[in-house]
Amino acid sequence: MEDIVLWSRAQFALTAIYHWLFVPLTLGLGVIIGVMETIYYRTKNEEWKTITKFWMRLFGVNFAIGVATGLILEFQFGTNWSNYSWFVGDIFGAPLAIEGILAFFLEATFIAVMFFGWNKVSKGFHLASTWLTVFGASISALWILIANAWMQFPTGMTFNPDTVRNEMTDFWAVALSPIAINKFFHTVTSCWVVGSAACIGVSAWFLLKKRHIDFAKKSIQIGAIVGLVGILLTIYTGDGSAYQVAQKQPMKLAAMEGLYKGQTQAPLVAVGILKPHEKAMQDIENPSYFNIGIPYALSFLSYRDINAFVPGITDLLNGGYPTQDGSKELSAKEKMESGKKAVMALADYKKAKKAGNDYESKKQLEILNANYANFGYGFIKDESELIPNVAITFYAFRFMVIFGSFFIIMFLAVTYFIGKKKPFENYTWFLWLCILCIPLAYMVSQSGWLVAEMGRQPWVIQDLMPTSAAISAISSSSVATTFIIFCVLFSVLLIAELSIMFKQIKKGF
Amino acid sequence: MNVFKKVFLFYYQGFRSMTLGKTLWMIILIKLFIMFAILKVFFFPNFLSSKGDSKEEKSEYIVNEMEKRTINN
Repeated sequence: MEDIVLWSRAQFALTAIYHWLFVPLTLGLGVIIGVMETIYYRTKNEEWKTITKFWMRLFGVNFAIGVATGLILEFQFGTNWSNYSWFVGDIFGAPLAIEGILAFFLEATFIAVMFFGWNKVSKGFHLASTWLTVFGASISALWILIANAWMQFPTGMTFNPDTVRNEMTDFWAVALSPIAINKFFHTVTSCWVVGSAACIGVSAWFLLKKRHIDFAKKSIQIGAIVGLVGILLTIYTGDGSAYQVAQKQPMKLAAMEGLYKGQTQAPLVAVGILKPHEKAMQDIENPSYFNIGIPYALSFLSYRDINAFVPGITDLLNGGYPTQDGSKELSAKEKMESGKKAVMALADYKKAKKAGNDYESKKQLEILNANYANFGYGFIKDESELIPNVAITFYAFRFMVIFGSFFIIMFLAVTYFIGKKKPFENYTWFLWLCILCIPLAYMVSQSGWLVAEMGRQPWVIQDLMPTSAAISAISSSSVATTFIIFCVLFSVLLIAELSIMFKQIKKGF
Repeated sequence: MNVFKKVFLFYYQGFRSMTLGKTLWMIILIKLFIMFAILKVFFFPNFLSSKGDSKEEKSEYIVNEMEKRTINN
């Protein structure tokens, strides 16, 4: 069972990471194109039209190669994760259907006007189409992120023991959950940063080559502004996301911070090197070789109170500490017992229902309802399974925060250098740095997803379903085979995209 | 010219005058073919469909699987 879980997770991660190479550039470059075309619309300066059309071409290449790659994830739901698909089918149906119908058709309609409509429709209609394409792409992301947020914080549903499915009872609770809202704005604005880094990096290449200097500089100016707005909003919404993690997924927060023993007035680790997990579990007072902390910051950021107690990994396993609402937290073992009761009560309920034993089915239903909050813990063999990979979560979080914050300096520096008397194209070292920022922005963006998804393990649905219960009873060799097929397919597609992209960039404006 | 004809001509002329777009469409179509005609058909069948036809059978299978995985703990 462990093999199939690992292969299926690896396959899903590979597909999601590959898919995420295209999405941020589509969303980020889309906004930049929108701003550029708006300037063209307002100034009637044909230079801006040329600039817009160049970036639109790159947008088109990225959109075309990336389109439908997300559908492969849905294939995997039905084959590898069938228990999960069944369990949540009714919740995911609505957001994904809206995504498919509303957002896809919005994009598909207006993207045609974007590319075919120059000189055929009015300037105003073309501009509106560009913005509607960007809006459609963002809305498309919204529904996917709502579905993801529900898995991190299941809400707005009731469990139907007859169908063994969660059923949506409150659409707005699902769509407007605080996790979903923060996740959407955090993700979309971080895409603006990736798009801006790409715009500035490619423009920097033109400056190094002494080609299209004026167009490149104009592009850099727009990229820097969109990027700066994007990174500031990303940091703001990132704070909101982390606050929600502290409330809803305390184990993920503990892993993000490498916090093994909880404390009041907890500091936030700015940088540090963790001991291996087994060693850290034996020395919970000093789980890292060294770290530099910001006093009180973790307590404050997690609970908006510098004196708040932030539970560590061992506290979450042992329970017994007072929670924010004053109740006592259950231990992992107590939750596992409760979860087992819930799962067995569901099975007994179904049997009693089949046998027509109303008294027994009612009794089992009561047990199920009383323990449903811990349903997923029923599949946990050992409490150590409840701890995510601390090292990956910890370092990915630091990478995201440190290099994400670096982009503030970067975009400010771009604005500074481009405003100086010395021509911007003469700062060769800085132009190279701009180019290097393209892969860096992608790595920062991907590391954000690593934190979100690795940090929530073992849960597919927080507290309700771990990966070991979500997986289909299939052989790991079949998943390993498709994993290898995906590696080949994705590599070929990526090479195709990059070669077309580089060709288009070399052609110039 | 009626509006449908205008829309048709808009797309028709747009597609005909594509240069880079033709390559991109070719890639999209090959990709969709691989995804739906090969991957979906041969490698990604709907697992639960093999376990029962009705919703009742499928839910029964899921409950049995859950019970098994809990008892085995």
